[in-house]
Amino acid sequence: MTTPMPGTITPPFWLLAELTYQCPLHCAFCYNPLNYDAIRNELTTAEWVRVMREARALGAVQLGFSGGEPLMRDDLEELVGEAHRLGFYTNLITSGVGLNETRIAALKNAGLDHIQLSFQDSTRELNDFLSSTKTFDLKLKVARLIKQYDYPMVMNCVLHRYNLPHVDKIIEMALALGAEYLELANTQYYGWAMKNRAQLMPTREQVLEAERVVAQYRERIGNACELLFVVPDYYEDRPKPCMKGWGAVFLGVAPDGAALPCHNARGLPGLVLPNVREMALAEIWRASPAFNAYRGFEWMQEPCRSCDEKERDLGGCRCQAFMLAGDAAATDPVCSKSPKRDRVDQVIRFASQPGAQAAAVIEQPIVFRSNANSRSLGQDAA
Amino acid sequence: MNQARFPDTPAINRRFRLQWEEAQGCHVLLYPEGMVKLNGSAGEILKCCDGKTPVDQIITDLETRFQASGLRADIEGLLAHAYQHKWIV
Repeated sequence: MTTPMPGTITPPFWLLAELTYQCPLHCAFCYNPLNYDAIRNELTTAEWVRVMREARALGAVQLGFSGGEPLMRDDLEELVGEAHRLGFYTNLITSGVGLNETRIAALKNAGLDHIQLSFQDSTRELNDFLSSTKTFDLKLKVARLIKQYDYPMVMNCVLHRYNLPHVDKIIEMALALGAEYLELANTQYYGWAMKNRAQLMPTREQVLEAERVVAQYRERIGNACELLFVVPDYYEDRPKPCMKGWGAVFLGVAPDGAALPCHNARGLPGLVLPNVREMALAEIWRASPAFNAYRGFEWMQEPCRSCDEKERDLGGCRCQAFMLAGDAAATDPVCSKSPKRDRVDQVIRFASQPGAQAAAVIEQPIVFRSNANSRSLGQDAA
Repeated sequence: MNQARFPDTPAINRRFRLQWEEAQGCHVLLYPEGMVKLNGSAGEILKCCDGKTPVDQIITDLETRFQASGLRADIEGLLAHAYQHKWIV
């Protein structure tokens, strides 16, 4: 994709349909909002169908069904069928929990193009894998179904302090499951992951060691499985071109119909998110203040504004700028040119202090994503 | 020799989907979470890759349809590129 010129509005490329915040899992690194449990007013089947039609008319091509766990919706097959008829390339982003043969057959029949299977609670899964117990058996069953129904096996594992030392085991597990692609994505610190940042943040040595192991495996396994390693951006000195630009390619719709210019836009203060129940998608995409807030380059502050690299990284991530620099329009503090880079350095220095991590874990235990925790954190935030 | 620069009767790899995109004004190849935009001639050539038509026939068909001659080098070049990127098998 190319970077849009300032002032021009390109069609959305990717519609992310977050069908539900319900999920059977409790991942500590989930990017969903902390108060997800308070957001109950899910779009109906008919409303999702209208959203998909309008997005397709705007030019969206790729459609991701996500959540929460999208398999929690029993109209998933119907929505996939409609998406397929509309000409979308349909992706199901799932933990695999709830994917049995009846459902995968119905999804295939409805025209589902691709399934991305995630490892969820990797520590437990790894333990299971090593001892061959039931979670691994479940994954193996789902992986076999995915192959049996002629899907490429695309696996995703979120990496953090606790599983980075086992990246070799994770790769072995993916190979044992017959994966053709394995995305090793370091945790991005939003939502629940931000809440648990002190516990999840790896040390620089862990990241470098994991990269070395991945490189060794790449050499050894050749084309058997493609390994993608997404570096944690706190350890980079330039930010990621977040969402490939605000309002450029990505259009998310939350379970309650809130339209999202990025996955975590709910957390940005002062941004009034339009709702698909109240506004046509074309108007949301082209004219709403939320989708225009950080489009192009006009909104930028220094050092971004006069930076010769701004077209490459687009100033980085707005949510990270807000969380770390206190201003969503600031330069993403991951950038070494940011006057607030020291806040990122502080976090990674802390991660490397021997003993400090253990103390943090005791003082502030990991907060798992659960309905009860969501309710108490939602009250704090309100 | 030109060994296996492209298959004799090319077909679109099942891992990709070729379709016309009105909003892009071009043919595209879709794959998990991604898209390749094709220029006009690439789209026309790949549309002919049905797994049954031999390359020589594809060249003749396109030369007839576009009332042109000497397209062989361009078409073979595109097919080699497509094969290298696994768009065709």
